Amino acid sequence: MANVLVVDNLDVTFALHQSEVKAVSDLDFTLAEGETLAVVGESGSGKSQAFLSIMGLLARNGKASGRAMLGDVNLIGMAPDKLDNYRGKDIAMIFQDPMTSLNPTLRVKTQLAEVLVRHQGFTAEKAHRAVIEMLERVGIPEPVKRANAYPHELSGGMRQRVMIAMALLCKPRVLIADEPTTALDVTVQAQMLDLFKNLTNDFGTALVLITHDLGVVAGVADRMMVMYGGRCIEKGPTDTLFYDPRHPYTLGLLHSTPHVAKRAKRLDPIQGLPPSLEHLPRGCAFHPRCAFRFERCFEERPPLLPVEDVREKACWYQGELKYEAVA
Amino acid sequence: MFGYALRRVLTAIPIVLITITVCFFILRLAPGGPFDGERALPPDVMKNLRAHYNLDQPLISQYFIYLGGVFRGDFGPSMVMEDFSVSRLISIGLPFTLMLGFSAFVVGTVAGMIAGAVAAVQQNKWPDYLLVAIVLIGIIIPNFLMANLVQLFFGVYLRWLPVGGYQPGSIAHLVLPVLILSLPHGGRVARLVRGSMIEVLGTNYVRTARSKGLGTRLILARHALKPALLPVVSYLGPGLSYLLTGSLVVEQVFALPGIGKYFISAALNRDYGLVLGTTILYVFIILALNLIVDVLYAWLDPKVRYR
Amino acid sequence: MAGITGKDAALTAYANALATEAPKGRSLTQDALRRLFNNKAALVSIFVLTAIVLFALVGPYFLPWAYDKIDWAGIRKPPDWAKGHYFGTDQNGRDMLARTLQGTQMSLLVAGVATFVSVVIGILYGAIAGYFGGKIDAVMMRFVDIMYALPYILFVIILVVIFGRSPVLLFVGIGCLEWLTMARIVRGQTLSIKQREFIEAAKAGGAGPFTIIFRHIVPNLTGPVVIYATLTIPEIIITESFLSYLGLGVQEPQTSLGTLISFGAPVAEALPWMLFTPAAILVTMLLCLSYLGDGLRDALDPKDR
Ligand SMILES: Nc1ncnc2c1ncn2[C@@H]1O[C@H](COP(=O)(O)OP(=O)(O)O)[C@@H](O)[C@H]1O
Ligand SMILES: [Mg+2]
Repeated sequence: MANVLVVDNLDVTFALHQSEVKAVSDLDFTLAEGETLAVVGESGSGKSQAFLSIMGLLARNGKASGRAMLGDVNLIGMAPDKLDNYRGKDIAMIFQDPMTSLNPTLRVKTQLAEVLVRHQGFTAEKAHRAVIEMLERVGIPEPVKRANAYPHELSGGMRQRVMIAMALLCKPRVLIADEPTTALDVTVQAQMLDLFKNLTNDFGTALVLITHDLGVVAGVADRMMVMYGGRCIEKGPTDTLFYDPRHPYTLGLLHSTPHVAKRAKRLDPIQGLPPSLEHLPRGCAFHPRCAFRFERCFEERPPLLPVEDVREKACWYQGELKYEAVA
Repeated sequence: MFGYALRRVLTAIPIVLITITVCFFILRLAPGGPFDGERALPPDVMKNLRAHYNLDQPLISQYFIYLGGVFRGDFGPSMVMEDFSVSRLISIGLPFTLMLGFSAFVVGTVAGMIAGAVAAVQQNKWPDYLLVAIVLIGIIIPNFLMANLVQLFFGVYLRWLPVGGYQPGSIAHLVLPVLILSLPHGGRVARLVRGSMIEVLGTNYVRTARSKGLGTRLILARHALKPALLPVVSYLGPGLSYLLTGSLVVEQVFALPGIGKYFISAALNRDYGLVLGTTILYVFIILALNLIVDVLYAWLDPKVRYR
Repeated sequence: MAGITGKDAALTAYANALATEAPKGRSLTQDALRRLFNNKAALVSIFVLTAIVLFALVGPYFLPWAYDKIDWAGIRKPPDWAKGHYFGTDQNGRDMLARTLQGTQMSLLVAGVATFVSVVIGILYGAIAGYFGGKIDAVMMRFVDIMYALPYILFVIILVVIFGRSPVLLFVGIGCLEWLTMARIVRGQTLSIKQREFIEAAKAGGAGPFTIIFRHIVPNLTGPVVIYATLTIPEIIITESFLSYLGLGVQEPQTSLGTLISFGAPVAEALPWMLFTPAAILVTMLLCLSYLGDGLRDALDPKDR
């Protein structure tokens, strides 16, 4: 299948008072039409910033370089007013916190309809009808009433549904969902994931699902990309990474996820803390926490290299990963 | 929304009543009065005067006579300017003061909002620094001093504008007074808008709006402006009080025919009737405007309406 | 005038912080002061202000002319270093520098009196509201809210009518109007102190409410009082100069910065030094106090930056 999004060499740097910090380094990945890619990693690993940079939404002190080809246009470095022709139309994003991501002073329908007016040239009336339809589609009961409500009158789950409706109004080719279920009740999480799966399937939208919770990924994502310290350290089909992780960090993540670790005998958080991006360790950024490290890991950073046909990892250790060795 | 407004009106009424009562008794119980001049008046003249102003009656019945008058729009006689009733003096001065205050309010609020929004969008570039400097000057230099300085500069040295006075219909006579009155008000508004706009532009919902590809202008107008105005609207209430204070000075410096002149001379001459009447009127106006501001706030922030 | 130094915003933030961050009341103040001393503009302002105050207090002893001494040979004269009139003389041949220093003293004196009165009232009111809590607190604080909504200047004018000829009494009266913010802060502080163990211990030991307030609560208010006073003094100075400018405040032969400006303004074209000298002192003080106020606000509410 054709790729809708091809990212090459993506770097994101933030200027600080006197120094700078590199939140994303040398990120490469592709996204095929209609597929679902999970991006996982502990918080602070640069997941959000990578995709915010693609959307042109970095904070004032942030700068992105590299390429992010949406079809045949490069989104990185594009002027904001040109970018506005693609954002919300061909590529849309949903944010982690549904409580603060909707404007408290505008009615729900206003915030939805404006997308259609802007990108599809709908009249206000036609847009409102389409909005009601979409709200119904994302499973909001009494959509007419809810469309007239203000965000604070809706529950968290309801607001996240509104966000999903908003992002899908123009049937984008790519939808980026940044921790879409993290702020929600556990009971609502599963429903929300189903909704994502069904809708992106129906619209043929490719989904990027950013999460720090591997439990969310299983059964939803086709492929998976694991990030650590601003870099991708392992990627490949979800099944193979789940059943046969090749990077010690992926292995650690799996064993610290309740849902997944059920199969294992016990739940173990990874030892140590994620590194601060300002003071990344020399060599492999993961080595201070790694049970499989050896001399080379202290000195040289491992490049991301193909392991088998469809997977890649960035690790010097080539032996078998035995979980017992970690404990 | 209507219920909210009604509730606010009902809470304002006791405040007005309490103010009238407290001011009335404080002024009447204070030692000294308008007839305690340099020379003592002959006893029978004094007696007549006191009878004329109802001062010979028990205090409590004076209070109710006065309160009854206020409800009919009659604030009693001025005790120093003998031929005028307080209501008459107010009706001479009030229209001008309201016109001046309203012009300054509109000019200051609008200019302050625009300047603050521009500074926020251009954060840490030259328009921002320029604004911060102007605001600092406008707020720091007390307005009586500022009024004298611009009067000297534009009126005396450059002779571009009249030094003072007022002719009905003359805009030129109003330029400097409105400028002086609106400068500190506009400065504070600008400062508030700048701060809140910067905050709003950094919120998640503005990021959402940007992710929708709406374009800067639409984002500012539809998504950022309303929430950014909230702190400004809550400032407008106190801002009105500062405008009132400022108008006393500006009317004095530019010799304008407003109510401030009477108010100040009433204070100097211990003209209880006039001070009391003007105070009540000012309190009433300020509370009424505050009410409008509150309702405006509820319109801007949907959450308030449900409280 | 309220609002010039952003005092209410700063102090309300502080009061809220005191009320919510319950047990850390004391270190909150210390933190704030530490942050303040890291702020260069605020530090320079403190230095300049101290210099002005010291100069106003001791300067007159070193000047060749007393503030009320008439130099018959030097009426309406521009600055003249040889004669010792460093900032010129007024229409009556009095030395402007000496008069300005005298006026500064007067402005500081009335500001000090009013601030002191407002601190005392504010502490009592706030501590009582905070200590007793419940309905008493609700009613007392509602009254404060109402007072905030009414224009301060009207009450000041009423005070002028009552105390007209005595500036000190007038500023005692102004102090009686200024205490609102102080009461809010003290209430917040009291609420947080009230929950600490030593108060429980004192209660168990049979101490009455006023003993507890004076023994245990008031001594913990040093930080808030210093901060409040720093921000209140400039407001009173402006109120004073405003009233004096309108002829309602300090009157001849006494003098104050506002009085001097009101005499200097009408003749500023011919005798500019008569306006310049007091105006420069007033503006410098206000500028420094404003930077100090901003510094305090940032120090008290660091996330506001
Ligand atoms: N505006 C900013 N200025 C400086 N550093 C930033 C900024 N925004 C993000 N960062 C850095 O980027 C890192 C990665 O952030 P993020 O991509 O949000 O992590 P996550 O993987 O949890 O989504 C953060 O830990 C922070 O150090
Ligand atoms: Mg994130």
